Amino acid sequence: MTNALQVEHLAVRFGTKEVIRDLSFAVPRGSSLAIIGPNGAGKTILFKALIGSIPYEGTIRWAAGTRIGYVPQKLDIERDLPITGRDFLRAKAALAKASDSDIASALALVGLERPMLSAPIGTMSGGQFQRLLVAFALVGKPNFLLLDEPAAGIDEPGQEILDTTIKRLQKESDVTVMLISHDLSVVYHYATAVLCLSRTHPCFGTPQTVLTPDTLRNLYGTAVDFHVHDHSGN
Amino acid sequence: MSMTIPEISALALSLTMAVAAGLVGCFAVMRRMTLAADAISHIALPGIGVALLLRINPMLGALAMLMLGAVLIWALERQTGITTETVTGVVFSVALAIGSMITSGDQLIEALFGGPGKLSILELSLGLLGSAAVILFILRARNSLVVALVSPEIAQTSGINVARMNLLFLLAFALTIALGVRFLGVLLMGSLIIIPAATARHLARNLFGMLAISVAVAVVSTVIGTYAASLIHRETGPFIITIAGGIFFLSLLA
Repeated sequence: MTNALQVEHLAVRFGTKEVIRDLSFAVPRGSSLAIIGPNGAGKTILFKALIGSIPYEGTIRWAAGTRIGYVPQKLDIERDLPITGRDFLRAKAALAKASDSDIASALALVGLERPMLSAPIGTMSGGQFQRLLVAFALVGKPNFLLLDEPAAGIDEPGQEILDTTIKRLQKESDVTVMLISHDLSVVYHYATAVLCLSRTHPCFGTPQTVLTPDTLRNLYGTAVDFHVHDHSGN
Repeated sequence: MSMTIPEISALALSLTMAVAAGLVGCFAVMRRMTLAADAISHIALPGIGVALLLRINPMLGALAMLMLGAVLIWALERQTGITTETVTGVVFSVALAIGSMITSGDQLIEALFGGPGKLSILELSLGLLGSAAVILFILRARNSLVVALVSPEIAQTSGINVARMNLLFLLAFALTIALGVRFLGVLLMGSLIIIPAATARHLARNLFGMLAISVAVAVVSTVIGTYAASLIHRETGPFIITIAGGIFFLSLLA
């Protein structure tokens, strides 16, 4: 299996503070890697380094032909900014040379209705705006999704739509996913591999080997109440 | 009323300049550069001073210094991570100080508020060319600018070179100021960029509305201001800005 992304000896420094130190991992094409770790462990910083928006040391190698769809953590948009959801999506479609029907299918995937696109993005509810960001990431048919807590602020039905959307994309078009999440049960059932970011207890492995009470206690510094609900019926 | 050829060319230049100012202003206002806009325009001052000393066209001096200032602000912001607002504040104060040192009283007033005088062929062609360049840049880059407004990181992953785009925007901005310095002066040109866009931001509900209203306000203020000033033989700049300001305050009633 070829790698969609390979990271070697990655380090990110802010002044003298080393936020990420000597981090190496690979993401096979079509897999889903979950990133977990306590607040301040550098999860979002890792994403910013991967997309090249902050300086870093080490090597980041994307497979040729990678098209990234990035959904950032909560953004604050001024309420009176005269940019509508339609302006925002059309801008992406123009940049990615995608068609109007691409916009329509992205909207259908995230369950956002067209009339909502006429409102300035600063006036959309948190959940609506989050769906818009996911739709934006999907326009232009990305093959690598970077999702920074994509479900934050989205209600339960919305989260389910999002989960099934991403799973369907992976099955149908071999999309690779990296996902930052605090929801360990989502991570357990969804990810093929888990990377824990931590200054003292970094770890990497399958959900079954990483999400144990011991590693979680080491990672978060406190006992984590986490039960695996086995849906397989065994 | 019949117009002479110099009058027609002056009007044509100020109209294309107004369109450029209206368009650039939209993104300057949305990028929260409202105060930076006024500050950056002062960077033209030492350029005008040096040009007068060297006896070359002040517009060229202003243009050179503004471009240099834009690159300096961009590089400092990139290297140090300090905000555009802060870097601009420092660069503009130094430029203003140096500018006042090398410009004499009357020249300083003219540089600050603009002055009359016949347009040379060089000024006219440079002005029209510059305005066209700014208008084309904003219309072509509007999608990238919109995405970067929402999130520079999303822009980065959408294939936009954000650092390069920021530099080009600052250069377009500086060029727009240089275009207007001749008519409106250093002090008022920043206002022709900001006031129409601020009016549009208040009234518009989408991007097209914002761009259209801003251009309309800039053009209408320029036409009425130029006409009113010519009736009583006064400088055009203060009239244009007063009218733009009047439209802005009227828009607040909407």
